[in-house]
Amino acid sequence: MRHVALPVGGRVLTGTMRIWLLLIAVGAALLAWRFVSGLGAVTGLSDGYPWGIWIAYDVVTGTALACGGYAVAILVYVLNKGRYHPLVRPAILTSALGYTLAGMGIFIDIGRYWNIYKVPVFFWNWNLNSILLEVALCVMAYILVLWLELAPAFMEHWRGGDRPGLARFAERVTPVLDKAMLWIIALGLLLPTMHQSSLGSVMLLGGDKLHPLWQTPLLPLLFLVSCVAMGYGVVVMESSLASRVFRRPRETEMLASLSRATVIVLLLYVVIRVADLGFRGRLGMIAAMDRFALLFLVEMLLFLVPAVMLLMRGRLRNTAHLFRAALLIMIGGSLYRFSAYLIAFNPGEGWHYFPAVPEMLITLGLVALEILLYVAIVKRFPIIGALSAASSTDGGGR
Amino acid sequence: MVIDRRSALKAVAAVGVAAAVPRPATARERKTAPDDAVGMLYDATRCIGCKACMTACRSANKLEYEPGTELHDAPIDLSANTKNIIKLFREGDLLSYMKSQCMHCLDPGCVSACMLGSFQKREYGIVTWEGDRCIGCRYCQIACPFNVPKFEWDTPVPKLVKCEMCRHLLAEGKEPACCDVCPREAVIFGAYPELLADARARLAADPERYHPHIYGEHDGGGTQVLYLSAAGIPFEKLGLPDLGDEAAPDLAETVQHGIYKGFIAPVALYALLGAAVWRQRRSEAVAEKEVGS
Repeated sequence: MRHVALPVGGRVLTGTMRIWLLLIAVGAALLAWRFVSGLGAVTGLSDGYPWGIWIAYDVVTGTALACGGYAVAILVYVLNKGRYHPLVRPAILTSALGYTLAGMGIFIDIGRYWNIYKVPVFFWNWNLNSILLEVALCVMAYILVLWLELAPAFMEHWRGGDRPGLARFAERVTPVLDKAMLWIIALGLLLPTMHQSSLGSVMLLGGDKLHPLWQTPLLPLLFLVSCVAMGYGVVVMESSLASRVFRRPRETEMLASLSRATVIVLLLYVVIRVADLGFRGRLGMIAAMDRFALLFLVEMLLFLVPAVMLLMRGRLRNTAHLFRAALLIMIGGSLYRFSAYLIAFNPGEGWHYFPAVPEMLITLGLVALEILLYVAIVKRFPIIGALSAASSTDGGGR
Repeated sequence: MVIDRRSALKAVAAVGVAAAVPRPATARERKTAPDDAVGMLYDATRCIGCKACMTACRSANKLEYEPGTELHDAPIDLSANTKNIIKLFREGDLLSYMKSQCMHCLDPGCVSACMLGSFQKREYGIVTWEGDRCIGCRYCQIACPFNVPKFEWDTPVPKLVKCEMCRHLLAEGKEPACCDVCPREAVIFGAYPELLADARARLAADPERYHPHIYGEHDGGGTQVLYLSAAGIPFEKLGLPDLGDEAAPDLAETVQHGIYKGFIAPVALYALLGAAVWRQRRSEAVAEKEVGS
């Protein structure tokens, strides 16, 4: 049985899509306000909390949730498990969209956006001590790499399409892309390893402002391991949602066997996290049972509970069970990032942060844009796997 | 050459983990003040809280009054309109004024954070901001242990604002406005080594008068603005954090440079990943051929 990816088909502009469009419109209007009046007008940010949900959610958490492509690529290419190949394309698509939207989030958030082109171009100004510079360059490069990895899906569609110009373009580009693909895929593995860990290192400079239960030289390792776990969580969630909404064959078998890798990664994270606190004599801080100790314990549970769920052999064929475990992993990894960037970050007395309503609506608009683009692309282009025998005519989708 | 699957896997994993685990790399070199370093010495026991320095700072740096009226200037903290502020600490009988502005660290967090080198220690060791190199990411604000750099939140074309020791006045051969105007010489300007010697002499001459510590001599890796406080009033009470002797970028740069030393780990990892991808694609091509035949 060979694996083939086929477009889902069906109308793009459905009722649900109109809701996403409305959210995008609201976000865009508020964004216009931000660019006219400044960041203070639409956000709850302050000099004490210069980074809010646009960084903690859209960029730091958003790119980690977009690690599906990275996590599956590790399985397929590093661990040489070709049978997971059907998961690659949809995962790369969510990654490409997630990272692109994170890039937009950065552009919205930075105050002096007209200078951003200098970051990749003015290499003679690079401050090689800056952890954020490494993150910025890696993320920019990775967005490009992800779309290149996805390019064959577009080429396949255009080659057989009725537009002669695009068809010729696809004919010409495909062989070049094919030759370069090995090194593109390898870059797609290298870059997330670098910047997902560095997203943890960024907060090292926060020093004592970050609570001692979170501030550790192992921040880069913890961010790296947890983003892989989140990647598997997203792949499971995305696959179950897609098979349900687009009525595609369930990949439950494959997802069930994926859970072994996920459990290993989850437990690895917990062991490193606890051992690190133990070695540096900080485990005792949990006995205080203050809100930070509770936050830490909740985080740990959000990694341990899904690990236990995925160890229940008898229930791994149950899509709902897998879905719930995946959701918990995603929440756990996200909470860890929110803690490190916001909740456990305390710049001193007198500073408070809670996202302003327009700030949240802009984030909501970005998420809506991501969903809209995902649906539009899988309906038109060969992304999601189908059995080669199955016809693609039933793909109504809502 | 045939790469055995298990050994290839091990190699990739080893380099991958090595790339993310910080080694206890050789400690960073301790930064010292540049030869031409200037600084300020604030002696809290001499300050009478007249706030002349705040007014002088405003006019020298063309900063607007807060909350925005010419008749009433009462900022509550440093902000994009206030580069220098006098605060009052009171606890029982203890009372002290406190002056806040940029500390001009010897090894500043903002400089380490800044992607394109907008914040740098430039002439006289003064930490200055250059707009052309700033994208407004505000990592400097996360990185500064003193919460000094301030962002202009209410304009679409914001700047990062902080004390630059009146570098425009220094260029004319004058002193920073706050030091020049101070009627009690509570804050004085001078060459950094001389200020340090002065502070030590004051402590030695009148140990009863002072809290026995010069803040900034070693704190946070050393700062070019030095502080003396009255006996019984430790610096934390005045809002200066207990940082130990470690500079803000010590941990972060040690970890980061440990991982990326000479860029060897990323390059090695890339080569190994390339090999792994090649191996997988080849085995897939073989499988495809078998299906086809």
